[in-house]
Amino acid sequence: MVIDSGTSATGTEFSSGIPTELLGEARERASGLGPYQLAWWRLRRNRAALAFGAVFLLVLVLCLLAPVYAHDIAHTGPNDNHITQTVKVGGKLEDVVNSIGLPIGPTWHSRFFLGADTNGRDVAVRLLYGGRNSLEVGIVATLITMVLATIVGVVAGYSGGLLDGLLTRALDVIWAYPVVILGVALGAILAVSGIDVGFVKLKGSSLMVPAVVIGIVYVPYVAKPVRGQVLGLREREFIEAARVQGQGTLRIMFSELLPNVGSTVIVFVPLMLANAVLLEAGLSYLGAGVQPPNPSWGTMIADGISSIPAAIHLVLVPGIMLVLAVLSINVFGDGVRDALDPRAKIRIGR
Amino acid sequence: MRRFVVRRVAAAIGVLFVISVLTFLIFPTIPNGDPALRIGGRLATAQEIAQIRHEWGFDKPVYVQYARTMEKIFDGTVVSYTQGVNVLDEIRHGLPATLSLALGAGFIWLMLGILFGVVTAIKAGRFADRALTVLAFIGVSSPPFFLGALVIYYLGYKAGVVPLGGYVPLSQDPLQWFTHLIAPWLVLSVLFIGIYSRVLRSTLLDTLGEDYVRTARAKGISERRVLARHVLRNSLIPIISLWGLDFAQVIGGGAILTESVFSLHGVGQFAAESIGRLDLPPILVVTMLTAFAVVLLSAIVDILYAVLDPRIRLSG
Repeated sequence: MVIDSGTSATGTEFSSGIPTELLGEARERASGLGPYQLAWWRLRRNRAALAFGAVFLLVLVLCLLAPVYAHDIAHTGPNDNHITQTVKVGGKLEDVVNSIGLPIGPTWHSRFFLGADTNGRDVAVRLLYGGRNSLEVGIVATLITMVLATIVGVVAGYSGGLLDGLLTRALDVIWAYPVVILGVALGAILAVSGIDVGFVKLKGSSLMVPAVVIGIVYVPYVAKPVRGQVLGLREREFIEAARVQGQGTLRIMFSELLPNVGSTVIVFVPLMLANAVLLEAGLSYLGAGVQPPNPSWGTMIADGISSIPAAIHLVLVPGIMLVLAVLSINVFGDGVRDALDPRAKIRIGR
Repeated sequence: MRRFVVRRVAAAIGVLFVISVLTFLIFPTIPNGDPALRIGGRLATAQEIAQIRHEWGFDKPVYVQYARTMEKIFDGTVVSYTQGVNVLDEIRHGLPATLSLALGAGFIWLMLGILFGVVTAIKAGRFADRALTVLAFIGVSSPPFFLGALVIYYLGYKAGVVPLGGYVPLSQDPLQWFTHLIAPWLVLSVLFIGIYSRVLRSTLLDTLGEDYVRTARAKGISERRVLARHVLRNSLIPIISLWGLDFAQVIGGGAILTESVFSLHGVGQFAAESIGRLDLPPILVVTMLTAFAVVLLSAIVDILYAVLDPRIRLSG
């Protein structure tokens, strides 16, 4: 995204955006297909993207089923201590947490399937609940980013002049902060105070606090390319035609410009989701994200790191799950981008 | 050129001013953010709090507090609220570790990013391309503190190949400096190598299709020379711009996660600890330092751009 919002803006016209090797076949099929139908047709041919999309859906469904797993299989909650109890492994009883404080590793049985943590809590149960929290924060943050960035980008790009200057400067200011420092500063402050702006009232321990923080931090990454594209669209004939017809500014923005930046916005959704989940983990690791005892993948890894070298499964279990989830979103997102906009060069990660 | 420099300096001062004001304003406006309560601790009486408020000047209007703090930052006497230490001394203390991390990692990720980008573009669609693409995706999907923890456990505790963290100054023992930094360098580089190789691959593939590349080949220039002189030079422009920004952020303490997991005690870790204590002066100085590094490096990158590509004209 840093590269050049100007070129990616011109590359999003579907008629010219098809790679040459697909052109012959696509031209036959493309007759009568809308741009999104064409994109869907291209995405369906990308097996790797579809497979990883399915992996992500699987992770999501597993996490949503956390209460079922906790209640019917593991018979414990995400914050229940079993520190003094024993569990049967291979016919003999073992301590959940032994006398020197080492938690039990994966038992591969219904209870403590992936082992226990140092507080005697079931890691598998916490993994699913934590995943639910991580993904919830990520999804809400992505929604916030996309809505704010689209509005800011379209308004700044179309209105020009002083308003554009102010909004662009504001984006530059957010941009000049390193993402993690800004996120940690806001997260640490808001975790103490909560959010109380107008009708939005959130307690400091609410999951929505990190979601809002992450959502705001990433706004410039999407708003800048959207603005760049609107700057190009503004000069086109159809906008002039709308203006001549007497359409109001708001109507031009929302019914003429918005549909034309739609593909750019959609391309960013998976990339932002992947980044949001990663940033949530980073903030939680530094204590500025999801607040304990609420589990999240980030807080679980942080807990695990503090118990190195005794119990590496506490780092591995949430870490592998986190990488798997983010990886599947990234590969699927790459496929979506190729399908919608084969020529765009949008930067992944940061 | 002179106009460009003047406009850039003016813009930089503007950004620094806005960032410092915003950072400053966040604290007094939040509940529980009152620094006097934090300095006084839980047991302080109302009288003691009032005393602290007066001594530190928290009873003055916000703009007076801001002006005073800025004055202290520039004459180097700014003191942390909760730790009572000189903030600039702490940063000076952390800067060698952060600079060592940034320089080493910046070199590694630039070189490997370019190498992997070139290999994947030349071998596009073949095994090497696919394998490196998979690695790149895993790289951009792995948080550095997770990778760092794995390295510390498997290579540190189990194999004993790398130290378990910490920083040894270069002047004290160059070999120890190197062995303590090699793991953080690689862990920090992984993400950027993934990004850069993907970006470079797509730019290279675009450039390879250009007419002037066909012309160069038609003239009978060797493939190696076509790649190095005609293709790579043009495709490196976006990479240089990415590198400038990312490098600036790492210098400004942006590698908080890597610094923390390897406990390098650099600027980033100092910032993270200060944020945990809601300690305004260090946060203010670190954010200003970062913003300064970002603004400076992006100006240098724009100048480099113009050197690499004569078609680009410098405009504020």
